[in-house]
Amino acid sequence: MSHTDPGDINRKFRLRVVDALGDEELRDNFRGAMDFLVRKRATMFPDPKELESLSQLGEAIRQQALQQLPELLEQLEASCTRNGIQVHWAENAEQANSIVLELMHKHDASRMIKGKSMASEEIGLNAFLEHHGIEALESDMGEYIVQLDQTAPSHIIMPAIHKNKQQIAQLFHEKIPVDYTEDVDQLIGIGRDVLRQKFHAADVGLSGVNFALADSGTLCLVENEGNGRMSTTIPKVHIALCGIEKVLRTLSDVPPLYRLLTRSATGQAITTYFNMISGPRGSDELDGPQEVHLILLDNGRSRMYGDPELQATLRCIRCGSCMNHCPVYTKIGGHAYGSTYPGPIGQVVSPQIWGLDQAGSITQACSLNGACKDACPVNIPLPDLIRRLRHDASQPAGSAIPQSAVTLGRGSLRKPLEALTWRVWSQLNRSPRLYRVLLWLVARLRFLAPAKLGPWTHYRTPPRPAQRSLHELVAKRSATSPTKTSLDHA
Amino acid sequence: MTHRSYPPKPSRVYFYGTCLVDVLFPEAGLHGIQLLEREGIEVVFPSAQSCCAQPAFNAGYDQEAREVALAQLACMPENIPVVVPSASCAAMFIDAYPKLFANSPHASAAQHLADRTFELLEFLAEVCRIQLQDKGEPIAVVAHHSCSALRHLKVVQPAEQLLKQLANVALLQQQRPDECCGFGGTFAVKEPEISGAMVEDKCNNLVATGANRLVSGDCSCMMNIVGALEKRGDNLPGQHIATFLWERTQ
Repeated sequence: MSHTDPGDINRKFRLRVVDALGDEELRDNFRGAMDFLVRKRATMFPDPKELESLSQLGEAIRQQALQQLPELLEQLEASCTRNGIQVHWAENAEQANSIVLELMHKHDASRMIKGKSMASEEIGLNAFLEHHGIEALESDMGEYIVQLDQTAPSHIIMPAIHKNKQQIAQLFHEKIPVDYTEDVDQLIGIGRDVLRQKFHAADVGLSGVNFALADSGTLCLVENEGNGRMSTTIPKVHIALCGIEKVLRTLSDVPPLYRLLTRSATGQAITTYFNMISGPRGSDELDGPQEVHLILLDNGRSRMYGDPELQATLRCIRCGSCMNHCPVYTKIGGHAYGSTYPGPIGQVVSPQIWGLDQAGSITQACSLNGACKDACPVNIPLPDLIRRLRHDASQPAGSAIPQSAVTLGRGSLRKPLEALTWRVWSQLNRSPRLYRVLLWLVARLRFLAPAKLGPWTHYRTPPRPAQRSLHELVAKRSATSPTKTSLDHA
Repeated sequence: MTHRSYPPKPSRVYFYGTCLVDVLFPEAGLHGIQLLEREGIEVVFPSAQSCCAQPAFNAGYDQEAREVALAQLACMPENIPVVVPSASCAAMFIDAYPKLFANSPHASAAQHLADRTFELLEFLAEVCRIQLQDKGEPIAVVAHHSCSALRHLKVVQPAEQLLKQLANVALLQQQRPDECCGFGGTFAVKEPEISGAMVEDKCNNLVATGANRLVSGDCSCMMNIVGALEKRGDNLPGQHIATFLWERTQ
């Protein structure tokens, strides 16, 4: 798997989960890494009150930007154009890929160097370019590792977090190839040597965008390794790929979000680099790209925007904290989801990009425990959104909530038997008499309770009904001593 | 720490047993009722109660959830507190009902129910201000708190405060106390492998404490964890905290 194949998400989910759970080394790698990240984040937010108020501020800034999203995007386009940044609009992955390819052709370019961009993973850019004979090399160390390994990122911030240093040592030894070493500094040095040459040979650099500022036309890029700065300054053309939700009003909106982002993502107070890109090289400047292009990517985001509840999806600043804190992600890792975006935010984003019919199944991989909601720095109600998508997947296609955009693939995972089961369940639980008859029967027939209950009893003993239900115990008690619990027949 | 303000101790309350307690752990419900009565409170048990509708709600079957929720709303009309021996089901009344009935003729009834619903242990600690005299033998226990107790309702502190009142009880701490046990209702059925891996981790952490007993305020987690402990052959029996408190203070 080198990029998201939407057709595979639902189909292969169960297989991937079982594979991942059976891989002890993988599970150790995730458990260790996630525990480390959770602890680091906790040390960065020692005061829960301060975190709460900063999160509220972050949420308000993102929410405000979303409220004026169409206007801000128009303003961004005008500001960027004024700065000499050429703006392109891509409605979907195909359009975005074509725009990149046209730009490559226009510059007669065959080599691209890439800074880290999850949006480029989302549109499957590497595979697309490779198909057209263009080399697209990842320069973020984690991305470089997964590209060398011909897999996809397993985490949106730390793409190679599923690998331990021995596995990376082996990979470098086999694929680069170099002498086997487990020394982390040496391994990074080896990667840097390879990449350094590639930066100078590349015709085009591609990056993502963390914040796009509407009033000044500035593209902000948050990174640690310097590869982002290299990718956006050394090649003669810089292409920035940016989801339309990344727009903010102005520079003063950035600091609270930046603080939340770095602390939540990697437990850092600040990153090594914060790039602010405001245009191509000026006539009096000695370096920088000669052309800067901004591709504004929709790919399902307008649909999210059109639903009052699901719109909160777009608030995300892609810190990855929800996956670090998710007990499911920690067990199965990122690849099991089969999507560019794994973990809780992935369970919400992926079905909305690729449709519930393609990616809706992963919404089931959630116990609704709420750890992600607590860890989200901009208070996205992730469990509520996951539940909502389960609802959309299982309801008849024609029963959408008024005033909402219809979720792509609505009703596609509806199973008649399941729907019937819930109809029967409802009937039993809203008819007190029927419910009590059933209770009475369950208690009397408890000896018939099955010893095996499908997969439940692979891991557990079967639940045993009590001899008498609480309803019966209370009724008996109030009959024998009327001063005790009154039974209300209202 | 919980953020709500508490009323003075009332003379009457509704007791909402929950379907899981009804069928599998009725003694937990009965002991909850007895603890309340010992505090001088008259307990009304609405006989028309069934299920809080959480299973359907979490599965995304809103219409079915709404139908069942409406029946629960109807059986607790009196303006007295509703006490629930489960944070998970109490959270359903408090968080989900107002959402389920938003912009409907039942919106105010749903909000009224939400406002007067309390998780049992929180109610005993914060409203009744119960004083417990431990009469039991020394024992080491580990408490598992549900995700609803931890994150939805934030009622872990009152539950632990009750346990700490018991002089002969050593309350041991597990590693990763706030990690989900993997139950999640239909999740355990739909994703059995993941749920199985989660309860396995939870069991390891609980057993590692060396406790003699597991206590919890939620029977759904308990059914999951105790079932897995039994399957593994671990000797760590589980009890609802209401039962544990009642038995030690009689």
